[in-house]
Amino acid sequence: MMKRSAIILLAFAIAAGTGSLTAQTMSSRLRGPTPLNDEGPAPPMLPNRNTSEREVRNYPEQPPVIPHNIDGYQVDLNGNKCLSCHARARTAESQAPMVSITHFMDRDGQFLASVSPRRFFCTECHVPQNTANPPVSNDFTDIDTLLSRASPGGRR
Amino acid sequence: MTTTADDPNAELNEKRGVIARSWAFLLELWQVLTRPSSVFALGTLVLAGFVAGVIFWGGFNTALEITNTEKFCTGCHEMKDNVYAELKSTVHFSNRSGVRATCPDCHVPHNWTDKIARKMQASKEVWGKIFGTIDTREKFVDHRLELAAHEWARFKANDSLECRNCHSADSMDITKQSPRASVAHQRFLFTKEKTCIDCHKGIAHQLPDMRGVPGWQ
Repeated sequence: MMKRSAIILLAFAIAAGTGSLTAQTMSSRLRGPTPLNDEGPAPPMLPNRNTSEREVRNYPEQPPVIPHNIDGYQVDLNGNKCLSCHARARTAESQAPMVSITHFMDRDGQFLASVSPRRFFCTECHVPQNTANPPVSNDFTDIDTLLSRASPGGRR
Repeated sequence: MTTTADDPNAELNEKRGVIARSWAFLLELWQVLTRPSSVFALGTLVLAGFVAGVIFWGGFNTALEITNTEKFCTGCHEMKDNVYAELKSTVHFSNRSGVRATCPDCHVPHNWTDKIARKMQASKEVWGKIFGTIDTREKFVDHRLELAAHEWARFKANDSLECRNCHSADSMDITKQSPRASVAHQRFLFTKEKTCIDCHKGIAHQLPDMRGVPGWQ
């Protein structure tokens, strides 16, 4: 008797659970109103920011973002399109910023004659920026803003 | 045509016979061609010549145009699996306005004399096809620098003529370009200091090993 009632209870619980799942319209800012078992329409692709103007870094160690399109730029064993403007010898003609001196260092801190192999693949760290509005907001606060806030313990 | 003394005379005579007979045939043909016709009217001959000319010229140009299509070029796996596959992801194949540059748009000059010159040059490519110079991916990659260098040299020599068949510097609205492109075109293109291929290598196909190529690392 106990066993049967337990089974009935379990069946009710499962029915109630699945019922409430299907009845609910799941909606989130990322997915939109699309049901969980469906794939919604892809949002339109937006162009990259292509101003060619340097963007501010959020912290000094941040790899600078790429302020231009890099569609179809080949970076592989055969060649590096980025370096055809940003290499040391090319900057006079291109007026592009030279790759940082840190990129000439191997992992022991020794300077090499040209860009170190471990720094060759630019887009591992440097990326272009899209014009899309981010679906999740970001409340990152940079260090200068933090320091200029009135601290509870008074100014140092 | 010297032969040793112990060669059988019969064979020698037969050989001489063939040469002599073909020589006689050629002489006869020459005489027929150089004498006025005694059978056909002049009008018939002129008309026949005209029709034959139209057929020959039309056929020649049709064949020329058939060999000047994307379909013909990608008929060989060497082109289809290598350069054509690479072209597909680039802006010259698929773009917002739906204009496509096919193989001959960039690789064959458009005006007639240069086109015929290029077509005659291309007979070497037929040789390459027959003897399988680039019939595997590995062979193609090994030859890529040489093949690319040919194209770069051609573009450099004719001031990127095939680019300029579509992209004219006069029609370029630099205010519609990105700041970077606008500055570069004003500094290097409009002053004729550089030509298209100097900066735009590898826009339609993957690049070979670029070490030693000017402007590359």
